[in-house]
Amino acid sequence: MTQAFAVQLNSLLAALILLTAFALLAQRKILGLVHIFAWQGFFLALSTAVIGYASGEHHLYISSLLTLVMKVILLPYILYTLVRKLKIHRDIDAVVNIPTTMLLGIMLVVFSYHLTAPIRELSNLMTRSTLAVALATVMLGMLMMVTRRHAVTQILGFLAMENGLFFAATSATYGMPMVVELGVALDLLIAAFIFGIFFFHINTTFESLDVEQMAKLKETD
Amino acid sequence: MPASLDIAGFAVLLLLALAVLAPLLSSVRTIQIPLAFSLSAVASLAAVVAGIMTVASGSVASATISIGLPGLPFHLRLDPLAGFFLVVIGLMGLFVSIYSIGYVKGYGGVRSMTQMICFYTLFLAGMLLVVLADDAYFFLVAWELMAAASYFLVMYEDEKGENRRAAFLYLLIAHVGALAILLAFGVMAGQSGAPGFVGYTFNAMRSAQLSSGWAAAAFFLAFFGFAAKAGVIPLHVWLPEAHPVAPSNISALMSGVMLKTSIYGICRFAFDFIKVFPWWWGGVVLALGLLSAVLGVLYALMQHDLKRLLAYHSVENIGIILIGLGLSMIFAAFQMPTLAALALVAALYHTLNHAVFKGLLFMGAGAVLHATHVRNMEEMGGLIHRMPWTAPLFLVGCVSISALPPFNGFVSEWLTFQAFLLSPALPHPLLKLLIPLGAALLALTGALAAACFVKVFGVVFLGQWRGHQKPERIHEVGPSMLVGMLLAAISCLLLGIFPTWVIGWLDTIPEQLCGAKLAESAGKFGWLWLTPIAHERASYSGPVVFIGILVVVAVTWLLLHVHATSVSRVPIWDCGFVKLTPRMQYTASAFSMPIRRVLGFLFAVREQVEIVPHTNHPALPGSLQYRLRIRDRFWNWLYAPQGDAAYWVARQVGRLQQGRIQIYLLYSFVTLIVLLVFLG
Repeated sequence: MTQAFAVQLNSLLAALILLTAFALLAQRKILGLVHIFAWQGFFLALSTAVIGYASGEHHLYISSLLTLVMKVILLPYILYTLVRKLKIHRDIDAVVNIPTTMLLGIMLVVFSYHLTAPIRELSNLMTRSTLAVALATVMLGMLMMVTRRHAVTQILGFLAMENGLFFAATSATYGMPMVVELGVALDLLIAAFIFGIFFFHINTTFESLDVEQMAKLKETD
Repeated sequence: MPASLDIAGFAVLLLLALAVLAPLLSSVRTIQIPLAFSLSAVASLAAVVAGIMTVASGSVASATISIGLPGLPFHLRLDPLAGFFLVVIGLMGLFVSIYSIGYVKGYGGVRSMTQMICFYTLFLAGMLLVVLADDAYFFLVAWELMAAASYFLVMYEDEKGENRRAAFLYLLIAHVGALAILLAFGVMAGQSGAPGFVGYTFNAMRSAQLSSGWAAAAFFLAFFGFAAKAGVIPLHVWLPEAHPVAPSNISALMSGVMLKTSIYGICRFAFDFIKVFPWWWGGVVLALGLLSAVLGVLYALMQHDLKRLLAYHSVENIGIILIGLGLSMIFAAFQMPTLAALALVAALYHTLNHAVFKGLLFMGAGAVLHATHVRNMEEMGGLIHRMPWTAPLFLVGCVSISALPPFNGFVSEWLTFQAFLLSPALPHPLLKLLIPLGAALLALTGALAAACFVKVFGVVFLGQWRGHQKPERIHEVGPSMLVGMLLAAISCLLLGIFPTWVIGWLDTIPEQLCGAKLAESAGKFGWLWLTPIAHERASYSGPVVFIGILVVVAVTWLLLHVHATSVSRVPIWDCGFVKLTPRMQYTASAFSMPIRRVLGFLFAVREQVEIVPHTNHPALPGSLQYRLRIRDRFWNWLYAPQGDAAYWVARQVGRLQQGRIQIYLLYSFVTLIVLLVFLG
């Protein structure tokens, strides 16, 4: 595999990650969202491995493996069991309708390309062109959190943001130091447990996972 | 012989040790109270000794303790000015500690004594450290220790909402003041030009060369901060709230001593740090002093709550002290050191006197409260029969605060008048005209104070009991409380009879701060005659007046009792109206009514009279209800708008709280995007 081919392949994977990010915005069914999230993790792991191979930074293989285990197997599994246990299969509604969200998402992607333009000029890493995609993934994750009303979708948005950050790290500097990555992976795992517990509590308190219900907690004058 | 700074350090350490050790004794209450308060009395006595030695010798001692933050050691310094305030704090600490042994027993079993002892000792230690501190950092630590400890003491009976509200108000105003003091130190340290953290020591501030604008900023920030603590009008609102609800021994300390630490601070800033200032600084201090004195006494006259009345008198007396300070600053600005020394001595003397007589009055009020459990004067009366010792001691306090000879209040107010009357020597035509008007206001204040204490003593101790409970259940207070009051009363008398000695002792302070001595001219004729500037101008002899009064009283008594007639007690002649009750006596509100009518525009007065007609015939009044509510106008003018504004802003900001997660996330999202747009 030549360097140029690796860059081509990485760009393809970046495009697929961006595609999954949009798919997350468009998907209405919760189980569908979990599947898309798993795919995003898979592309991310693949991309990390490709970068690791092309750049010669072999610790990225471990990162890639970690991503594969965490984001393709473990987290989707936890979410899947949660959804099964809490019996939430129905469609979920958004605050802003899906076409508008998609349009906003496109604007955010354009904005990210605009932002990272100076970095593309200066950097000489082979992954420099994918940085804009990484940033866009972060913003799309955030957009998902803002526009969705269901607690599970918000967590998925949060995890998608994390994916984006991870991707940004690999494309900007060929990944973070191993210790940091291990730490982040552990944090994610613990976060998964914590939000699992919270889901149960929110569900029993409000008999729903619709975060709109939490507006009742507001102090009134 | 140990150095005075060591003795002062011993006093502070003993108090801090008591605060730590008091909880260990909490199970043996019978030992805990006497032991803790007598040891605080010992510590206070040590502070008095250290202070007297320092002032008498005029020595300056300093030390550095390397505790606290690394590179920021605590500096201590004991100079005559600090020594004088050590005496003020220690003297009252001594009297009040003795008094407290008996007073806190009144809380027996109901409340935690450990809490009282811990905060009491910390409060005393904090005040001592405030005057000993020689750097801004240590000063503020001590200042906050004092404020926090007194906050918890005001809150002592915390189950009452009124107390919690008063304590919060006190804490709020104290902290606004502390913030201003912090800023003043910041200005001084920043402008001193000293590198690093050296600028925070008082020594650096003494040698700082400030431009006139920065100097004014530093002084007025500090003055604002200290005025908030001292209760200068219009920053006085916390005083009449906090002093009545605190336990009486604490009110005595807060009013008698704690307010004085701010006088110390103002002296330190004006005469020690800045030294050279324009005359209008003194003019501002003088004007606020006059305002506080006149309005303080007028508000005091309108009160029916004994302790609240005394709290307003503290505002008045702080005003009188500030008058002296302001005059001293004006004289100093015009390079008239002798007159500046006279006015400064008058202010310091009144500081000491006010501490003693206000402490005595609060202790007396505490004794009355202890015995009767009421604070409203309209429900008291005739206590002179039930409390034959407290009454004369309280009377001594009343006479002293009314500035009548031979007691101490007269001497210091007389000295202030002398300073006023010498002001035509000022080389400024406007001041020559205006300052004597201040003397007239001070005279008005004195007269109104006398009227107020005629009301207090007459309504509380004379006449007949007006309250609901049976007067037979009221008893004289215990010996320790009487001893505490007696010592204060004796101090009042001695300070009034021997002013020449006190001025001779004080002389090192004006010498160091104003560059002039007073004792030589004041004590020219020995201890008998006080001649502040020259004997042709004015002279006063405490001993002669005292002996004169004694002779007149003795002669009158002899003339009255020369024929051995037995005193027979009969019912009061009721003019043929047989249903005479104690409720028909002259009341406190009736007494102050003429003044309320004349000067009513100064108060927010609401008077309601409601006549309920008799059931049999409308022409016969069945009962009459009289309601009177007098409020401080400053509350509505200054504080209520600020409070409303704060609520309004809080409500507007509260709109941000939507209760919807998406909105909160949107806030972060929008912030992120905006930052990226501007920084990207």
